[in-house]
Amino acid sequence: MERAAVRGRLSWQLGTVAGLVDETARTKSIALDVPEWPGHRAGQHVDVRLTAEDGYQAQRSYSIASGPEDEQLVLTVERLDDGEVSPYLTEGLIVGDELELRGPIGGYFVWEAALGGPLLLVAGGSGVVPFRSMLRHYEASGGDVPVRLLYSARTLGDVIYRDELTQLGARPGLDVRLTLTREQPDGWEGYAGRIDRAMLEDVAWPADERPRVYVCGPTGFVEATAEILVALGHDPRMIRTERFGASGP
Amino acid sequence: MSRISRGFHRRSRGDAPSDRVPPGQYVTNDFPVLSAGPTPHADLDAWTFTIEGAVDGARRWTWAEFQALPAETVTVDIHCVTKWSKLDTVWTGVSVDTLLDGIDTEAEFVSAFSDGGYTTNLPLEDVTGGKAWVAFGYDGERLDPEHGGPARLLVPHLYFWKSAKWVRGLELRVDDEPGFWEGYGYHNYGDPWKEQRYAGD
Repeated sequence: MERAAVRGRLSWQLGTVAGLVDETARTKSIALDVPEWPGHRAGQHVDVRLTAEDGYQAQRSYSIASGPEDEQLVLTVERLDDGEVSPYLTEGLIVGDELELRGPIGGYFVWEAALGGPLLLVAGGSGVVPFRSMLRHYEASGGDVPVRLLYSARTLGDVIYRDELTQLGARPGLDVRLTLTREQPDGWEGYAGRIDRAMLEDVAWPADERPRVYVCGPTGFVEATAEILVALGHDPRMIRTERFGASGP
Repeated sequence: MSRISRGFHRRSRGDAPSDRVPPGQYVTNDFPVLSAGPTPHADLDAWTFTIEGAVDGARRWTWAEFQALPAETVTVDIHCVTKWSKLDTVWTGVSVDTLLDGIDTEAEFVSAFSDGGYTTNLPLEDVTGGKAWVAFGYDGERLDPEHGGPARLLVPHLYFWKSAKWVRGLELRVDDEPGFWEGYGYHNYGDPWKEQRYAGD
């Protein structure tokens, strides 16, 4: 009760779209100025609410892509073709529009510098979004624990934050590895195919080094990855997961 | 007051009767999964279900004993705080009334506890009177581990995080103790019709 009471009510507030970036053909980052944003921790999400002229409302949750230290709040949204909210957010918004949101929400799938490492992040598709927040926090806080990100995408063109991840991967202590499941360009030196036991044995620290593990992606991806990590001896309590359903339009 | 979202329109999402879909929810035909960690796989030979806490003696059933209890099959709508609702889901399980039958207790709350360390808190009156089950069947099949099998709590009138997956027992409590998500800012009670998603709603 006490922990909840301190937090107070999560009120709806207005953010103003300050910038839009096409990350891939299907995903867009929306940078928002939110004057009353209370701050967040890396890995948390927000609820977004849209209201039609007839009063109809729709709400969805989106992971926060910006770091706690960043000035703007950034959401990266993947367009789901049969969705109701994501097509609007990825195609309908223009700079200057206002967006209703509330947050931050969630406090378990969170990494802060104080939690330490080693830190293993495993992302499938747009599951990389909360990890961008964690990596930006890592950078901004002068992170010095070893970090490895293993990120599975269908093709190189589907890799979100590609340039930024390439730059981060060049930083000492930070190892970024990609696997492309559907199609690899000529001369590709990363992994190919879905994440499997051999790949995780290669990337993950041995279980007895007790890395903090975060896995985010579609349900099937998270189930499979977490299962292999447990089979490799990782303590289930060290593995935090965030799943999004195939149905989450 | 809400701001109109320029150019946003409702997209037809089937013909779900609005009196069955709480505010802020949308209907899905899939069965999404939300869990904070890896899916535990319980060994049924070692599985037990326990009623403990503010009772004279704990009650405990093995898997075989639990299966021998009178079971019910119910058709209910479920509502997840992540915004999806699923209508007419069919579950088989033992009513919590059956598990508590004849128990004398001062308790006014329960804390459901699960494999993997998950807990959630509910008023006792929300799990009695035909409102809650410990379910081990879904749609005529054994409940998948992904969805909480071998057995999960089923409390359909509250947001679905109250329906603890992989449940192993109920602790009867005189005082209310926030569970896992409740401690991370989710609403202590979680009535979807009042849209009690987060603390203070």
